[in-house]
Amino acid sequence: MNVAKRTFDAVIVGAGGAGLRAALQLSEAGLKTAVLSKVFPTRSHTVAAQGGVAASLGNSTEDHWHWHMYDTVKGSDWLGDQDAIEFMVRKANEVVIELEHYGMPFDRTDSGKIYQRPFGGHSMNYGKSPVMRSCAAADRTGHAMLHALYQRNVRAHTQFFVEWMALDLIRDADGNVLGVTALELETGEVSIFHARATIFATGGSGRIFYSSTNAFTNTGDGLGMAARAGIPLEDMEFWQFHPTGVAGAGVLITEGVRGEGGILRNASGERFMERYAPNLKDLASRDVVSRSMVTEINEGHGCGPDKDHVMLDITHLSPEVIMKRLPGIRDISIRFAGVDPIKAPIPVVPTCHYQMGGIPTNYKGQVVTPKDGNPNAPAPGFYAAGECACASVHGANRLGTNSLLDLLVFGKSAGESVVADFKSGNLSLKPLPADAAERSLARLARLESQKDGNAVADVRLSMQRTMQKHAGVFRFKDLLKEGVTQILEVAESARSTYVRDKSRVWNTARQEALELDNMIEVAKATMVSAQARKESRGAHVRDDAPDTPEHPNGRDDQNWLKHTLWFSADNHLEYKPVHLKPMSADVEPIALAKRTY
Amino acid sequence: MAIERGKVRWQCRRSLLELDLVLARFLEKHFDRLNDEQVADFEDLLRCDDYDLWAMVNGGRDCEVDRWQEMVTRLRQC
Repeated sequence: MNVAKRTFDAVIVGAGGAGLRAALQLSEAGLKTAVLSKVFPTRSHTVAAQGGVAASLGNSTEDHWHWHMYDTVKGSDWLGDQDAIEFMVRKANEVVIELEHYGMPFDRTDSGKIYQRPFGGHSMNYGKSPVMRSCAAADRTGHAMLHALYQRNVRAHTQFFVEWMALDLIRDADGNVLGVTALELETGEVSIFHARATIFATGGSGRIFYSSTNAFTNTGDGLGMAARAGIPLEDMEFWQFHPTGVAGAGVLITEGVRGEGGILRNASGERFMERYAPNLKDLASRDVVSRSMVTEINEGHGCGPDKDHVMLDITHLSPEVIMKRLPGIRDISIRFAGVDPIKAPIPVVPTCHYQMGGIPTNYKGQVVTPKDGNPNAPAPGFYAAGECACASVHGANRLGTNSLLDLLVFGKSAGESVVADFKSGNLSLKPLPADAAERSLARLARLESQKDGNAVADVRLSMQRTMQKHAGVFRFKDLLKEGVTQILEVAESARSTYVRDKSRVWNTARQEALELDNMIEVAKATMVSAQARKESRGAHVRDDAPDTPEHPNGRDDQNWLKHTLWFSADNHLEYKPVHLKPMSADVEPIALAKRTY
Repeated sequence: MAIERGKVRWQCRRSLLELDLVLARFLEKHFDRLNDEQVADFEDLLRCDDYDLWAMVNGGRDCEVDRWQEMVTRLRQC
């Protein structure tokens, strides 16, 4: 196959919030920039973010960036790097106001300032009382943000390659990153995008779980490409779950349903939350509710033929209340669960929502890997931002509204780093190795010549079920151990996926096979990292690491206050220290403490 | 020029899970039986913004474009 070569100053993979923010920085600095996206930019998953973006503007209540830093470090269960967190919270006002100037329609106060609302986990005075810190555009914050950034990029003449799927990262023998190979869906042609700088902004990988709130596009393409090219993945055991997604579909049922009186029941109809949280019952915190649900399912009290979910019951509410206060939920339940919640309970299950780990970066957006004793040596020419990256600001658990902030701050920061490295002469166009496209062409040739084999949908389902059962919201020693064996078997079966359609253009079946290769890397990283971490911390909660006086919440700082690094080639793990010191010498670090709310 | 059905299929990848699920059901149930004119109408509908499309599919908003009507009706049943 002929491989065309295109040359740019920078190539960005992904056109969600992080990719577009990075692209803007480069295009406005005059760099020749290509942005590759599988789907039209405004169909990126950033659009689904409803909540808001955190910034200590102090428009609605008094606020301070150090309070925001405290909330973020505490939210991360102290696994977040405090230098990166300081950088992010101090940059928050700047990136939000920039966005306002780009035309983002934020909600306003009467005096015309950006209106800010309270959000779970946001506090003033280091946890003393709630603060109003979240800047939102109604319940469409991500949507408004992405459209504002896209328009701005059009103005800055960013060159988009829409409906191109990046296949593999290109590195030379010295480890320099030289660009990517990519497939144009319309022609089936493979091209090399040769660049001085490569930025990954490919978003999350939530589709590795059976129950996920993520759109189909979130297949972890950047993580898969990085892992295959020898870049480790960091802290992949940490995934945020929401307790009530519709079983089998993943669509969220908001907390508001339990607020209106919704009750969780097991197969025998018992209101089981009375046993786990006698006071708050169904309104206990997300993690408590999720763990209780999983315990019920694991003990055989789940509902349905596979006993794999529980029920959310609002049949005791009057139809008028349901129609008036929860109309959207009724529609979703009828459409995706096939039940009218006025007449029957809704099947629900804890559902994967957000990936805290990713490609390791520093606060400048440079990808870092261990080299010659330095755990954080920059990989020349390689940058990453947004959900695909691990800076690490979310640590073991993300604070609400910090995801949109993350992609703005680190999208911009990665862009600024590329511009600075470009201007200082640190980014030269290094020669491509002769086999630059070899790996990608071999993957495509394999799919083309594969005669029988495993159906992509079957392998994907095995992966998703394995992840859900063995590395879900509540984790068990034996299940994790079995999970490692099983996910490696699934990975083996993914090596012989078969697609019947061998056509070259718009071959969506082939697309899905290529995406599965990426998801498999993420799934292996998650399972192996989770099995190894013998403590509970943030979103990683193990049955065999319970809350004790010696280890509050099951957290073991003496042995586990460290970042995991997973390497694909031989499935091995390494660890590196958490940055407990802020970026600035005069900033007070947030001292280790028990995480309670 | 003949409609590239594979292309239209790929346009069903959206930003919102709700739409992905409904469109996947539509592809499974209806897509292969649509004639070229219907596929063209469907492709035109898919140019909508995701929240606008979801509002039409989920019944909250009326479909105001005649050529989308048939497809919106089918999507509402998916």
